Amino acid sequence: MLKIGKTEFEEIRRHGEETYPHECCGVLLGRADGDERVVTSTARAGNTRTDSAHNRYNIDPKDLIRIQREGRGRGEDIIGFYHSHPDHPARWSPTDLAEAHWFGCSYVITSVEKGRAAVTNSFELTGSDESDKKLVDEGIEVD
Amino acid sequence: MMTKINIPTPLRQYVGKHPTVEVKAGTIAEALSGLVSKHPDLRRHLYTDDGKLRSFVNVYLNDEDVRYLQKEATAVKDSDTISIVPSIAGGR
Repeated sequence: MLKIGKTEFEEIRRHGEETYPHECCGVLLGRADGDERVVTSTARAGNTRTDSAHNRYNIDPKDLIRIQREGRGRGEDIIGFYHSHPDHPARWSPTDLAEAHWFGCSYVITSVEKGRAAVTNSFELTGSDESDKKLVDEGIEVD
Repeated sequence: MMTKINIPTPLRQYVGKHPTVEVKAGTIAEALSGLVSKHPDLRRHLYTDDGKLRSFVNVYLNDEDVRYLQKEATAVKDSDTISIVPSIAGGR
């Protein structure tokens, strides 16, 4: 289960609208609470896949190091990531799974249809390593 | 003084849940070797079966990707911080 405040939820959806028709991407910060992850802030990131931004995203690890350092200063940890699918369902793709490596984190996807955020879904990356990893649907609770 | 290695969230379960590990090392290779010696369960997550660093594992020395320095031969000092950052990517 992913718990997120209304402000943070709307922010990640709005990000996808702003970057449409390209994919947006960013980081979810907060804490893990048993089986739940609680988002306390979000951080936008640039998409380095300028060669194919309409259907690919990549977050620069240097951005992530900065975001992590800033989050640590606030007592937050990286608990997941978000990105958008322009004119495409809010479901993980084979590429999303192949490129997912942060086990135990949430991967949130928003479908953005003709520039408007539609559905937002969240998936937890489960498994013990690359050979058995899965993205599993998890609920989103918006406060 | 030792070199600090920042451990990403998904790998902390293999290092006693600590966000950082300190090692004595002169190069990136020595630092990573020291890390997996201390915490052997990390090895398969960082390295392939033939001993190469996995392509999605990014290693930064302070703010520099070691791929653009001397890779695993990059020298490290006690005051340096190494960050292990698995890639974050995907797309429809």
